[in-house]
Amino acid sequence: MQGNTLGAAIAVNRFGMGARPGDLARIGADPRGWLKDQIGRRDAFALEDDTLPTRAEASESLRKFIKGVAATKPPQDMGAEAIPGFKSFTEALRAEIVARTRRALTTSDGFAERLVRFWSNHFTVAATKGGPIPFAGLYEREVIRAGMTGSFADLHLAVMRHPGMLIYLDQAVSVGPNSPAGKRLKRGLNENLAREALELHTVGPQGGYTQADVTEFARALTGWTIVSDRLRRFLPDAGLGDFVFAAQLHEPGPRTVMGKRYPEAGEEQAHAILADLARHPATANRIAVKLARHFIADTPPLSAVARLEKAFRDSDGDLPTLHQSLVDLPEAFEPEQRKFKTPDEFILSALRLAGLETVEPQGVFGAYVLLGQQPFSAPSPKGWADVADEWATPDAVMKRLQWSQEFARRLPLRTSPEQIAAAALGPFMSSRTSEAVRRAESGAQGLVLALMSPEFQRR
Amino acid sequence: MRNDLPTRRAALSLGGGFALSVAGAGAALSAVAGERKFVLVILRGALDGLAAVPAYGDPRYAALRGRLALAPPGSAGGVLFLDRTFGLHPKLSFLHEEWKNGALAILHAAASPYRERSHFDGQDVLESGAAAVFALNDGWLNRALLLAPPAKGVALSGSLPLVLRGPGPASNYAPTFVRAANEDTLIRLMDLYADDPVLGPALASAIETEDVASGGMAARERPDRGYGRGNGQWPVLAGAAAKLLAAPGGPAAAVLSFDGWDSHANQGGADGYVAVRLAGLDASLKSLKEGLGATWGKTLVIVATEFGRTVAPNGTLGTDHGTGGAAFVLGGAARGGRMIGDWPGLGSLYQNRDLQPANDLRALFMTSLEEHWGIARADLRNKVFPGAGASPFSGLVKI
Repeated sequence: MQGNTLGAAIAVNRFGMGARPGDLARIGADPRGWLKDQIGRRDAFALEDDTLPTRAEASESLRKFIKGVAATKPPQDMGAEAIPGFKSFTEALRAEIVARTRRALTTSDGFAERLVRFWSNHFTVAATKGGPIPFAGLYEREVIRAGMTGSFADLHLAVMRHPGMLIYLDQAVSVGPNSPAGKRLKRGLNENLAREALELHTVGPQGGYTQADVTEFARALTGWTIVSDRLRRFLPDAGLGDFVFAAQLHEPGPRTVMGKRYPEAGEEQAHAILADLARHPATANRIAVKLARHFIADTPPLSAVARLEKAFRDSDGDLPTLHQSLVDLPEAFEPEQRKFKTPDEFILSALRLAGLETVEPQGVFGAYVLLGQQPFSAPSPKGWADVADEWATPDAVMKRLQWSQEFARRLPLRTSPEQIAAAALGPFMSSRTSEAVRRAESGAQGLVLALMSPEFQRR
Repeated sequence: MRNDLPTRRAALSLGGGFALSVAGAGAALSAVAGERKFVLVILRGALDGLAAVPAYGDPRYAALRGRLALAPPGSAGGVLFLDRTFGLHPKLSFLHEEWKNGALAILHAAASPYRERSHFDGQDVLESGAAAVFALNDGWLNRALLLAPPAKGVALSGSLPLVLRGPGPASNYAPTFVRAANEDTLIRLMDLYADDPVLGPALASAIETEDVASGGMAARERPDRGYGRGNGQWPVLAGAAAKLLAAPGGPAAAVLSFDGWDSHANQGGADGYVAVRLAGLDASLKSLKEGLGATWGKTLVIVATEFGRTVAPNGTLGTDHGTGGAAFVLGGAARGGRMIGDWPGLGSLYQNRDLQPANDLRALFMTSLEEHWGIARADLRNKVFPGAGASPFSGLVKI
């Protein structure tokens, strides 16, 4: 009985978004079954919401914004808010954050939601500069969520073709210097996406590539762009912001990347390179390490990495197979909590513990900002850190405490905090914590202590 | 002002009460809720009643309180003189002035009907007005508001406390300022992190940094300058409550909640942990009076806590959860300058450890509402404090 509850507590906390009241009982005696059921179900990942911007709307919003930038006269110190169109821009992003948060609070497929966040972070598109702002949420919905039941290679391909990524890592403006447009416009390569595709998305720094490989890959990628106002004149059927291969921008000729020669094939040239990168052993290893680090421990056990790596290779990067092997790891259900929650995980699991299904946008934005992890705002293409050293800092712990205090103050408590904590943590709750919660001088203080307890701060 | 009588009677009967049948009808007649303000201050965590109102004249006081005993009036760090048995903690100088003004009455050895020792359950009973834990889902002050229209209630806090929850018109308001971490919570959390290799050092380091940034020492170490970490906002909250109450058409009732009274260790005497909180409470009540201006004359304030603490110090020079505690009745509308209720003395303790619960807090609340707002006693018994017995108190409120 105890063992079963422990399994459920591990499944929902370590692999899910945290327990809502009643979750432990619902998951019950077959936690692995609960996790595996989500892996192949498209609806477990999908986020359908008619009120969120479509790709056409996001593109239109970007077009207006760019026009607004062009029309805005100095002084520059008026800030981005002064630019026409900026407001609708940021409102769309806020709507995406609200929808993502609501989903995290209400879903009973918490593992699927965590996988979305893992892969979204692996293939980061951050709304930290103008262009990607209207696309970041869209990108996660259209690419990451939709790609969770397919292969790594297909997911990466979709990542590389989405306007969010093409804009975020500047691929949309990269031009082959010897392409017709390059010769005419005197413009050239932007290596940003090519480099990150190697360094962050696939083989990684240990993969053995050189600067020459980056440049060659960047050349192969030229022509991969999005439909702009200007391009639409030539492509009347294309939707604004859609992916397009613009041959006029493509650098002609064969390319050599990591020792392999790729003949000229237009759009297909970069496809071929991407396919090989997805199949590269260094990619399998890197993904295995990151997955194990995210779900098992900051320094993942080599045995876990080896099993995941093998699953990746044997299945040719089939994501459901990979995720299944993660659940089957012997280390997956070890009782020791070795992961410190990120702010996002902490905030959402706290709201779930309280059984909240809706939140005031202002309040939840405040929480994300105070604790330092606003959705779609990773500080770099590398994404958010995934180790305790980065998150468990003195200031961060104090801020979590202050936020918990505010949260507890605002929450009308009608159940004892000890019961609330027990419903979320199950057997994870230590006797020391339950005693501290029980002895608190008020319900609010008890809840603060439960939220700040070592076992709730970890998963 | 005889001409006013029918109007006032009509106004009162709208509340569903039978105002003229109550005792102390004079007060009831002038009670037009909305004009007569009621403030409830809840001290969460259980105030040590014998620290706030030391029974220095009780023959067993010094021996039982040991190192927590305060000196008699007139000596260094001694209590402020009330009468030959009781004094006020030296940090309660504003309250002492109000005592001398006849605007402070004290009910000692007071308790709700709750006889266990859980803070949550104790506060539930204190606020619901029921005879037992979780017997009612709304609060007594909220139910009273329904009987005294057009009265509205406001809580100066981020969430609505139970005492104001219910069908009656109540809201809450929290002035925004960055709230420092509560000192008491920090202490408990450090304890909880004792064996945590990551969180323990991180929190310790954060506290140290904050102390340096705030001028070399934390507020808790300079009791003359602060009311404990995070408590400096109390007078601000009280001032905000005063502004709301005194505004035209403002609420008739306000609820303030002050945390941090759970003094299990090193609670101090004339100075120290409890003393800084008492200073904060004193400053807050003063801020309330100043903010209310002329409205103070029509204001009744009750300060209450969920239960008392052990009479004798524990092994860590603090006090543990007890039973009988102290409550204050304050304000221009209070008939003060006196102790009310029975004093059971320290000769026989409840379960050999606590001050006896000689006086019922529900009776204090009931009489206050009856006299201050003119709510009928039958309504109070049936609807506000179901099952409460007769109140021995009367004449709490000035006409």
